[in-house]
Amino acid sequence: MKEPLIRMEGVSFDYRLNSEEVVRVLRDVSLDIYPGEYVAIIGHNGSGKSTLAKHFNGILKPTEGNVYVAGFNTKDDRYRREIRRRVGMVFQHPDNQIVATIVEDDVAFGLENIGVPPREMRKRIDAALEAVGMSSYRNRPPHHLSGGQKQRVAIAGVLAMEPRCLVLDEATSMLDAHGRREILQVLRRLHQRGMTIIAVSHHMSEAAEADRVLVIEAGRIAMEGPPREIFQRQELLRRLQLDIPVATRLAGRIHERVPDFQPDLIHPREIVDEVVRIAGKKGAAG
Amino acid sequence: MGTVIEVEDLRYTYMENTPLAHQALAGVQLSVEEGECVAIIGHTGSGKSTLIQHFNGLLRPQQGRVRVDGQDLSDPGLDLKGLRRKVGLVFQNPEDQLFEKWVGDDVAFGPLKMGLPLKEVRDRVRWAMEMAGLSFEAMKDRPTYALSGGQKRKVALAGVLALRPKVLVLDEPTAGLDPRSRKELLGRIEGFNRREKMTVIFVSHNMEEVACLADRIFVMAAGQIVAQGTPREIFGNREVLLQHRIGAPETVEILYRIQGLGYPVDVGAYELDSAAAEIVSILRPQGVKSHGPGI
Repeated sequence: MKEPLIRMEGVSFDYRLNSEEVVRVLRDVSLDIYPGEYVAIIGHNGSGKSTLAKHFNGILKPTEGNVYVAGFNTKDDRYRREIRRRVGMVFQHPDNQIVATIVEDDVAFGLENIGVPPREMRKRIDAALEAVGMSSYRNRPPHHLSGGQKQRVAIAGVLAMEPRCLVLDEATSMLDAHGRREILQVLRRLHQRGMTIIAVSHHMSEAAEADRVLVIEAGRIAMEGPPREIFQRQELLRRLQLDIPVATRLAGRIHERVPDFQPDLIHPREIVDEVVRIAGKKGAAG
Repeated sequence: MGTVIEVEDLRYTYMENTPLAHQALAGVQLSVEEGECVAIIGHTGSGKSTLIQHFNGLLRPQQGRVRVDGQDLSDPGLDLKGLRRKVGLVFQNPEDQLFEKWVGDDVAFGPLKMGLPLKEVRDRVRWAMEMAGLSFEAMKDRPTYALSGGQKRKVALAGVLALRPKVLVLDEPTAGLDPRSRKELLGRIEGFNRREKMTVIFVSHNMEEVACLADRIFVMAAGQIVAQGTPREIFGNREVLLQHRIGAPETVEILYRIQGLGYPVDVGAYELDSAAAEIVSILRPQGVKSHGPGI
């Protein structure tokens, strides 16, 4: 087996409210993330999922336990640059992440900070904007872009640093359906090119895209597995007050009345395929 | 029941008479009846937020007419304070707009400004906090900065409710909330509308919540209302959805794909059970629906 890109060992994390009060947000979390994986982290507000995500590139450091990124311990400040270069983060609010007045300057921002030579910089900006499908917007002011486009620019800014892993902390929660679809397409493409992706979300249809889902509850990993397995455990998900993808719920309802209809579907296209399988192509008149 | 909001040929241009002029509203026509719950949907930049800022006089009509509860907003002698009491506007991310140190003070700000007696202010704050889902006793003396995002949003909502508005206008009320908080807030909004008889107007890009909450939907594009109807009518109209780049509830998206393959399904059946029934009807053609497969 390959070496994990990120390894968490017995991580606990406390937020200090004031001199007396401390809240334990993560409790003894251990996990490995392997290169090229697409992992979704699900949980409701306050479950600890964002706190967990902020440990992946050392924005937060564990109170107990250790986090290693490509072997570097995030507690060791000497490795901060090495770690941040490998694991990039995209946050929830597109507007808070845009710093420049022209799209390509925004993408260049991180590169300038690490002193990338101009020719190399140009190459990286081109590649990053191309990867998110925003090349034709390079000279536009970002504030005229839609939410989905702004998030794509934010992702491009991270990609320009050529990380091995992209962490998205609820990066689609402020977007409309269109914007969300745009981002999911970008992620799918990056994943195919070998990028490791960790997506924190509370949209179950987004988790359905991942290879592996981690469900976080009260600072612990409550469930872990491929999305199809996770979404079959509806009783537990309901108890954790999490949603179930519409496709899965729909498949369940249909299965109750047409037992031959598979209940464990997670993507809309699978519903369509299942309809065709049972009704037969000849049922179609069009 | 009468018309509570009436908009006629409303036009609005930002930075008028400058090279940066941008027309946000280009002749909006709409009316909302008392007690209705209506959704305004449309792509980013279609003019939704500009429109709703006219409802409580934050923006005044440059051209055209807006009447709220019979008052003409172009009237120079307009009682703006009275209007703002009547129409409560909750912004997107209202949690960013809390300014008092204590929760109770923040909610009391509006009623105090109205010059109400202290006892009345207290009653209203208690009522508004409970309506928004905050325990008055437990929360009134909490510092606002130490609240979670969801709690802050409730405080902001309570601040608007404390004015006891007749019309509640919400801009993206659930954006960024998790499923649990979203469901709870939607239930509350439904309660304001059904039990408290408030007229509710909300802007949303979440088609699932539009489908479950709205009696009627207005679709905006390029500063105009381009379609209106019940959720079934709007989501059943593929042309409108595609032309104006509006998403549909996931159930509707699935039904469209099935219809696209030539199966006869009612694409407007957005509720989970009706969508399931539509699909079952083509899997068991002799069952639920009267017409068989094919045309």
